Amino acid sequence: METSRPTRPSDSVIEVTDLHRHYGAGATAYHAVRGVDLTVGRGELFALLGTNGAGKTSTMELIEGLATPTGGSVRVFGRDPYRERAAVRPRIGIMLQEGGFPGELTVAETGRSWAGMTSGARPVEEALELVGLGHRRDVRVKQLSGGERRRLDLAMALLGRPEVLFLDEPSTGLDPEARAAVWRLVRELRAQGTTVLLTTHYLEEAEELADRLAIMHGGQVVVAGTVAEVIAGRPSRIGFELPEFTGTALPVLAGAEVTVDGRKVTVHTTGLQDTLTDLLGWARHHGIALGALDARSASLEEAFLAIASEASHQPEPEAPARPTARRRLIGSAR
Amino acid sequence: MTTAPMTTAPTAAGPVGPPSTTARRLLALGRAEGTLLLRNRTALFTALLLPLLLIGGRRSMLKQQAESNPGLDVDALLINGTIGGILAFVVYYNLTAAYVARRNELVLKRLRTGEARDVEILLGTAVPAVSLALLMSTLVGVGGAAVLGIGMPVNPLLLAAGIVLGIGIMIGLAAVSSAFTKTVESSGITTLPVLLLSQFGSGLLIPLEVMPERIADFCRLLPTTPAFQLIRIGWTGTDGSAAATGFGGSWSTAAPSLATGAVWLGLAAWGAVRYFRWESRR
Repeated sequence: METSRPTRPSDSVIEVTDLHRHYGAGATAYHAVRGVDLTVGRGELFALLGTNGAGKTSTMELIEGLATPTGGSVRVFGRDPYRERAAVRPRIGIMLQEGGFPGELTVAETGRSWAGMTSGARPVEEALELVGLGHRRDVRVKQLSGGERRRLDLAMALLGRPEVLFLDEPSTGLDPEARAAVWRLVRELRAQGTTVLLTTHYLEEAEELADRLAIMHGGQVVVAGTVAEVIAGRPSRIGFELPEFTGTALPVLAGAEVTVDGRKVTVHTTGLQDTLTDLLGWARHHGIALGALDARSASLEEAFLAIASEASHQPEPEAPARPTARRRLIGSAR
Repeated sequence: MTTAPMTTAPTAAGPVGPPSTTARRLLALGRAEGTLLLRNRTALFTALLLPLLLIGGRRSMLKQQAESNPGLDVDALLINGTIGGILAFVVYYNLTAAYVARRNELVLKRLRTGEARDVEILLGTAVPAVSLALLMSTLVGVGGAAVLGIGMPVNPLLLAAGIVLGIGIMIGLAAVSSAFTKTVESSGITTLPVLLLSQFGSGLLIPLEVMPERIADFCRLLPTTPAFQLIRIGWTGTDGSAAATGFGGSWSTAAPSLATGAVWLGLAAWGAVRYFRWESRR
């Protein structure tokens, strides 16, 4: 797999070099992050994509300064986010995958207590309005819907007007309307210069929001760059069904890879227009009707699925034996 | 449930709060935790009523012992025991359950993403328990002394040292106990060993001077004994083994308790750092 390194922006806010993270030790050790390099520039929106247990959340936690790496280094504003947390934390906002707010406090009380622990906090009402929770201020957190709880979490991350915002699956559990609203908000924040690092398993979300993205698998960044860079070099796909009797062999399609499964044919090609022209010319010449004809350019989704399946065909290095204690964390790191 | 539109622009300009300081963070955490305590009837009952409901039992137990041990200062011991009970139930028991609840709700994990340091999170969560314990102890001390006609504390500094040591050790023990407690419900069981030892083995229900000497010596080494002894010496000028002394003399009586108390405070703090769990393992 070819890894395209992002060009390093001159004003980078996050720099991650050869990052490693182990859980446990000895026979039960699990190597969750295996040599990740990342650079996120000021004002950039960077998305971390990956399959289950790819190491996205583990990587995020190290960048946020919630844990120390086993190897490699993390710099946020040029500082160590773990050792120099007092200097870094007031400038960042973090939204975890699962919000942890006492169920018996109201939304406003939760906001007030967070404001007391946040430097330069904006008014709580303002933060709640940002995420559309202003009308729920006197409701106990336990009575909020899952989506509302996610938005409360986001509001708390935004309280300190952070320069860098970390969002771990910000739109999971949101209905489509609320998701669109969160996207709008994130875009506005970015427009004002906020740097955003987010993880997601919605490819659409990355495509919609991210300036650059990285696809992780097995604790490593398999590919990184802009959406265009990531899907460049990925083949387009043509699919169709042959009629029962064609009497003619399929044409030779230059530069394409043809897979036949009964009557179903899939063609992968880097020259979609030429291959399609050849195919359609052949079909017209022989009077063959191609059923369920479908042609599509390479997309992020295809790139992602290809990476996931290519990688899963190979045995993972060091065959990780996951200690039970981490199973849940990794399992939920979608 | 309807979704309100998110319309407000997240402008960078606008009013900005002050920088976050340790004091502000402790206050913010303590206020939230206080609200939660007020909304938790079980916790509130245990904290407010249990130590007071136990007064009758303490009194009859001490009186019984006074029959075979003439000279036992039942009234002073009753106040001492009630303050010890307040520290055990209000600070230790209540805080253990609070740590477990916040951990299981992932509140502690979320708090750690903010500016508060670990020790501030632990102490901030303890603010309402500690405040309540101080308030109740003051009321019991002042009220009890007035009702029972006990004199002013002989050495207020030792009394204060005992209360501070007691609170610190109880917080540390609560942090350690919470690590071995899965749910809030099971905290009633996991806290029993410390609760029983602190009530029966630290001179509250059975004064050390009426115990066989060997057992008394052992009990002096228990984590909560030194703090309770200091409270007693600070108030009455004696630990019951000799005649009461004045302000100057009380220091030498208190010296061993000060030393073991300081060691236990260190151990409890070390244990809290070493064993405390910030996230639940499910």
